Amino acid sequence: MEHTDGIDKGQITLYALSTCVWCGRVKSLLQELGIAYDYVYVDNLAGDAKGKTLEEIKHWNPRCSFPSLVINNSQCIVGFDEKKIREAIG
Amino acid sequence: MGSEPAELEKQIDALFGKLRKDAENAGYHLNPDVTFTKDLVRGLLANEKRYGYRACPCRLASGVQDEDLDIVCPCDYRDPDLDDYGACYCALYVSGAVFKGEKTATSIPERRPAPEERAAGPSKARTGQLSKLPYPVWRCKACGYLCAREKPPDPCPICKAKKDRFEKFI
Repeated sequence: MEHTDGIDKGQITLYALSTCVWCGRVKSLLQELGIAYDYVYVDNLAGDAKGKTLEEIKHWNPRCSFPSLVINNSQCIVGFDEKKIREAIG
Repeated sequence: MGSEPAELEKQIDALFGKLRKDAENAGYHLNPDVTFTKDLVRGLLANEKRYGYRACPCRLASGVQDEDLDIVCPCDYRDPDLDDYGACYCALYVSGAVFKGEKTATSIPERRPAPEERAAGPSKARTGQLSKLPYPVWRCKACGYLCAREKPPDPCPICKAKKDRFEKFI
């Protein structure tokens, strides 16, 4: 899990793929909003770390699709939904 | 590791050009946002390098080709997603309306069944029983092209998907 510093809006975790352009869009939006967040490129993980991370995602998004943005352990925004992300943490 | 940046840019341009030509020849359109589209092509090349096949850049590939055939680009879900949303899942391919700028491509819901559903069984399409046909009928799972011949074509003459994307339809 990588960390990006910024304004503290609680625990923001982005589960992403390194090759996914929509995941990139979410990341850019978080940068633009200047928010502190953690992110992980699941495609670059292997073995136990990958399995464990997939279980975490499944808890929020059973389809395990990307990007999955988990906000304060209370909601998960799947896909690049700019409006929802801005409403939730903007 | 990997290619020199200039070499990689060359590969991206070459594949981008090829995909665009193939798409236009077959009546499809690549996303007209060239920067966006080239980033997806970069992802396709990265996946080809690490998995050996061009898995969708916006989906997590298993690394086992047989399990990922449905998400090898162009994926099995492209055409229904173009119909319903005007773009495929990653938005490499877009509808005529998006291509012309009348509509915008957005991030869309995942249509691929969850792993458990995929494991549960093959497609429902294989129910046709016409035993007296002189040839089997093959269906391209990427574009729906049908042909009656002993073996499936390689590649699909319509969408250029490889032979292993065909299923015996009848």
